[in-house]
Amino acid sequence: METTKISGAEAVIRCLLEEGANLVYGYPGGAIMPVYDELYKFQDQLHHVLVRHEQGAAHAAQGFARATGKVGVCIATSGPGATNLVTGIADAQIDSTPLVCITGQVGKHLLGSDAFQETDIIGISTPVTKWNYQITEAHEIPEIMAKAFYIARSGRPGPVLIDITKNAQFDLLDFSYTKCTDIRSYHPKPILNEEKVKDAAAIINKAKKPMIIFGQGIVLSEAEAELKALVEKAGIPAAWTILGLSALPTDHDLNVGMVGMHGNYGPNMLTNECDVLIALGMRFDDRVTGNLQTYAKQAKVLHFEIDPAEIDKNVKSEVAVLADLKDALTALLPLIEKKSHTEWHNEFKRHYDIELEAVINEELAPTNGKGISMGETIEMINKHSHADAIMVSDVGQHQMFTCRYSKFNQTKSNVTSGGLGTMGFALPAAIGAKMGRPDREVVAVIGDGGFQMNIQELGTINQTKVPVKIVVLNNEFLGMVRQWQELFFDNRYASTVMVNPNFCAIAEGYYIKARKVTKREELDEAVAEMMASKEAYFLEVMVEKENNVFPMIPTGASVSDIRLS
Amino acid sequence: MENKTFTISVYSENNVGLLNRISGIFLKRHINILSLNVSESEIENVSRFIIVVDTTEKWVQNIVGQIEKQIEVIKAFYHVDDETIFLENALFKIDSSLLFDERQIQNIIKESNSEIVTVSRKFFVISKSGRRSEIEEVHEKLKPFGIMQFVRSGRISVSKEPMEISTLLQELNINKY
Repeated sequence: METTKISGAEAVIRCLLEEGANLVYGYPGGAIMPVYDELYKFQDQLHHVLVRHEQGAAHAAQGFARATGKVGVCIATSGPGATNLVTGIADAQIDSTPLVCITGQVGKHLLGSDAFQETDIIGISTPVTKWNYQITEAHEIPEIMAKAFYIARSGRPGPVLIDITKNAQFDLLDFSYTKCTDIRSYHPKPILNEEKVKDAAAIINKAKKPMIIFGQGIVLSEAEAELKALVEKAGIPAAWTILGLSALPTDHDLNVGMVGMHGNYGPNMLTNECDVLIALGMRFDDRVTGNLQTYAKQAKVLHFEIDPAEIDKNVKSEVAVLADLKDALTALLPLIEKKSHTEWHNEFKRHYDIELEAVINEELAPTNGKGISMGETIEMINKHSHADAIMVSDVGQHQMFTCRYSKFNQTKSNVTSGGLGTMGFALPAAIGAKMGRPDREVVAVIGDGGFQMNIQELGTINQTKVPVKIVVLNNEFLGMVRQWQELFFDNRYASTVMVNPNFCAIAEGYYIKARKVTKREELDEAVAEMMASKEAYFLEVMVEKENNVFPMIPTGASVSDIRLS
Repeated sequence: MENKTFTISVYSENNVGLLNRISGIFLKRHINILSLNVSESEIENVSRFIIVVDTTEKWVQNIVGQIEKQIEVIKAFYHVDDETIFLENALFKIDSSLLFDERQIQNIIKESNSEIVTVSRKFFVISKSGRRSEIEEVHEKLKPFGIMQFVRSGRISVSKEPMEISTLLQELNINKY
């Protein structure tokens, strides 16, 4: 194979280009300067986005990965640069988002000497990475980078961190690149067991009250068409987890809503009534199951999952099909009998009507002189985006309203921090999502709390002119915590009142068009103006201060103890 | 579910940092490792961890699943004591004068099937291999004479049933080509 002598830093860039990564997020600093010097040279091939904080780089890379299905890449220097990435890495790990994070490190001769800006980022990131590795010799770079991309994107995806000492960036190596396709000890795609698929099909065909819960596994394996085919052929009502949202169009007749703590009434109640529970690429998170002692005890659970460690971890399965979801559903489909469970499906509709009456109508059209609700704002965005935007939400009440009320026609359209619940996620993630999918409208919905956790990324928007739409739902509270204080802590609002700055002035300070809405009558026109804008746009909506998200399953309660008020 | 002693065996690539990843899995669950031994295995370039913990079957299954998920881990197993042959090794360092002054020590060595590893002018060293209880028995008997140093190794164990690692690796290699 032909080789050429280049620096380790140049090798890093060439590896990225070999992997098709031509957009990276990062922040320079001493220990990563050789790589940045090469970035300068390669700027026509590799676009680097200067964020305003390394946490923003990690979240932007996540947003890019979630909206495109590709590996997101971020770069930081050693020490504080590296540690600032950690929150984003932890978020990516729990939400199975493929990231390659590159950090600079002090020279090999300084390792372990508590040198300036030295931290043990390998030790720090070990519990929150799928894999990590410290490169101390330039010649290791191509092989390790190839492994990093392979591990990040294959099997159950996740974040990989590669720490590169400064000497390894300067030293020369003979460069040649071979993509990694195999690691002896790593088997990302379990081999599908046809017998298990037959067993699962037999149970599905006999079921009287079957129910599907689909998670992000559908999106990650791109099995959306197979999911839809299964749902329609078998006539099974299908509910989603927060990360499964948008894998099946929201208005599909058999899409029965969200499961979990703030999910819909029907799918939660009926989880404890179905006779067969088909879990597709979801991991029975405690926010989904509530009390495990009472969760779906009557049902035969069929668990379709790629990660062996998830089988029987929280919920014991009758049949576990361990495979990539697309392979599993492709094998399952021909074995499924055509059916329609009309009466059972009507149960979901009856429950929906109860929820509509008790919660949804009031949320979407508040009465009695109440202020603007979060739900009606989301409904307004649906109207003007024609249910075709990528919705990026932060963490809190607004997130639950966004996920509950957004409408989606396309997959990979819901980008939110699920497992870690990271406030500050949405603004940088929206930047990444829009850069990854410039063809689509990207709307970030953020609370007044979360917005201030990474507000500095308005600077990145200003510099890059990325046309994201930002909606801050301002209730001058840390709303979700306040709701819990109201319900479970005797209305003692300890440290949840937010005295906020003039957000529009801040956005305008970054030269971003801004508008504030305080009255319901202005909302329609303001959202229309935002969606019509060709540039980035900031919309602040003052919403009802003490509104609560219902339905709700209190922590530790059973899914069928779901409260409507 | 009741607690039992489990021996976890992990076959892995020999990589820096893996020990940290594996110990983190126990740390996260507040499970104390009773004994840990890492060495080369019967297969070239494959390391073997032997980890002993006192926990429930549910947890040990969960832990083994998480260990197997680590990129460098080839395969992990768990066994209860009846399913393995296991022992530990201990060294006792004792003042040399006692070897001749206290006849009883020589009897203890003989009766317990211990070995004298070395004798110098100042001290001698006894090695005892066996189950934890046998080592503790020798320890108790030697204690009254004064032990200068005592150390016990982690458990090493082999399973009664085959672990099929060589076959597994062979299959992986066949699949590769």
